[in-house]
Amino acid sequence: MEPFRSVRSRTVVLTASNVDTDQIIPARFLKTIEKKGLGRSLFADWRYRPDGTPRPDFVLNQPEAKGCAILVAGDNFGCGSSREHAPWALCDAGFRAVISTTIADIFKNNALKNGLLPVVIDKASHAELLASPGAEIEVDLEARVVVLPSGGKSSFPIESFARYCLMNGVDELGYLLAQAEAIAAHERAH
Amino acid sequence: MTTPKTLFDKIWDAHVVRPETADTPAVLYIDLHLVHEVTSPQAFAELRERDLTLRRPDRTLATMDHSTPTLPRRPDGSYPFVDAQAEAQVQRLTENARHFGVELHGLGDDVQGIVHVIGPELGATQPGMTVVCGDSHTATHGAFGALAFGIGTSEVAHVLATQCLLQRRPRTLRVNVDGQMRAGVGAKDLILAIVAKVGVGGGTGFAAEYAGPAVRALSMDGRMTISNMSIEMGARAGLIAPDEATFEYLAGRPRVPKGESFDRAVASWRNLVSDPGSRFDREVSIDAGALEPMITWGTNPAQAIPVSGKVPDPAAAADAAGRAAGEAALRYMGLKAGQAILGQPVQVVFIGSCTNSRLSDLREAARVMKGRKVKLRTLVVPGSRQVKRSAEAEGLDRIFKEAGAEWREPGCSMCIAMNGDALERGQYCVSTSNRNFEGRQGTGGRTLLASPATAAAAAVVGSVADPRRL
Repeated sequence: MEPFRSVRSRTVVLTASNVDTDQIIPARFLKTIEKKGLGRSLFADWRYRPDGTPRPDFVLNQPEAKGCAILVAGDNFGCGSSREHAPWALCDAGFRAVISTTIADIFKNNALKNGLLPVVIDKASHAELLASPGAEIEVDLEARVVVLPSGGKSSFPIESFARYCLMNGVDELGYLLAQAEAIAAHERAH
Repeated sequence: MTTPKTLFDKIWDAHVVRPETADTPAVLYIDLHLVHEVTSPQAFAELRERDLTLRRPDRTLATMDHSTPTLPRRPDGSYPFVDAQAEAQVQRLTENARHFGVELHGLGDDVQGIVHVIGPELGATQPGMTVVCGDSHTATHGAFGALAFGIGTSEVAHVLATQCLLQRRPRTLRVNVDGQMRAGVGAKDLILAIVAKVGVGGGTGFAAEYAGPAVRALSMDGRMTISNMSIEMGARAGLIAPDEATFEYLAGRPRVPKGESFDRAVASWRNLVSDPGSRFDREVSIDAGALEPMITWGTNPAQAIPVSGKVPDPAAAADAAGRAAGEAALRYMGLKAGQAILGQPVQVVFIGSCTNSRLSDLREAARVMKGRKVKLRTLVVPGSRQVKRSAEAEGLDRIFKEAGAEWREPGCSMCIAMNGDALERGQYCVSTSNRNFEGRQGTGGRTLLASPATAAAAAVVGSVADPRRL
């Protein structure tokens, strides 16, 4: 994976709270045996009419959304299923960070595995972002801060090992494979 | 003097291969890895790309459930897959299982079924184990006093290759269920009430434990229903300490130790309780005696009310986001604030899913349907081939068929609607599954989650009904 230091982009804002993984990527798209190509199905049931044409009023279909790499979403983003197809779809659609006031656990872990930064910030900073869709902001993984449109900085928590792996392009499976001796010792003892 | 430990602590501590540090998560050993066709293809592909082998075939167990048809084989022996993609995905698991040496109970196998139904049936799930699967309802296995949680496909690859995961220790939440449920109120009603109380995000970051006399009184099937929906409040795991009911359930099952080994196992399993005085990061209480049959009205599992209740008014929500969410839910569901949910017309009933498709669930539905006719499309999908055989041995299938319901083959079916069993746009469905998200059971479909009894009551009445009043 490419090392991830920071991302600077205009935002796409989805105000809805509790956006679940069935909205992010409906189950009918989980029949794929690949990781790529899910971007066109991202938020499919909100994005497209029954006849397949795009809904003009959905944020992702608006011209300003093109090229945006940061999604700002309502509280409890990514709740529901463990489908890693959800971050795959977001990444395939060009997103590199999701910002909310809470992010569901399994989605958060899956996002970190795919270079999609799950960023949890305080309510006030979140409100500022919700109120300024399309503003250019920066998410700085190294400093663990979001630089807001007002210029203020909001720090965010990030699991230290995931941060290290993202910043250095370190592969978690490689790290685990290197624990072979300790794993074997555990197996012998139990 | 040793610090009192919770059940979670005991299991976690026994599985640490490398301890957690400030800079690194713990390396946690996984005793049982359950696999199905939807979240495994990309994981196996990664192993192939990196020329890795499956570390512990003996700790890996696979089935097919999500994309599989619930209609019988055609006369020519082929399966009526909904599309070529579903068939290809299932075929890929067959190839991967063969290549890597995974025990696979696929279509045509006599113990095939929903992954969280067959694991316990086969005695693969045991107290004190760590159990994972690429599926969020892996929490189900917590009913046995196992630390069981869902993982994503990348982590599936981690477990296949190393039998371990990198994990940070979660916080602990104890749900104290006081009193006893009244007649006509069951496990599904209890967990819907718990999720409504805690909220869809209230358990995020926690491993839950369910305690109290009402939990002890539940059968293993009932406990599995409870643990299953832990994830709906955001808690990845939901443990219930094992007891005599657990040991009795396990005795004699294929993968459970026998004879003296079983006695020794039970002796060690008896320690799998939270010690008196052990500390939980958060505790919530709920009075089981006050509960009624529950049903969801909205588009997340916490939007639930008693079946005798009224759909809440979004204006009463605590903040603007809550109001917006309530309004969006009512709009999607086509319901009105303040309306009674009782009598709401329904077009489909689905009895099935890893939440409620076991023998006792089917018995509960059959009790309501016996001697009556369904007024709408009713799908009854047993959780596994074993459940199907047992149900047929008791004549439950005859009850369902005589009522006019469809008696299907095992699988996830309409819970996730990947296999062709789906709602049409706008249809209301009372479902014994676990999620009522927008479009979950079919684009534009409207799900009302409930117990098997409540679902069966809706089927015979033609609208939302109280099963106690039939």
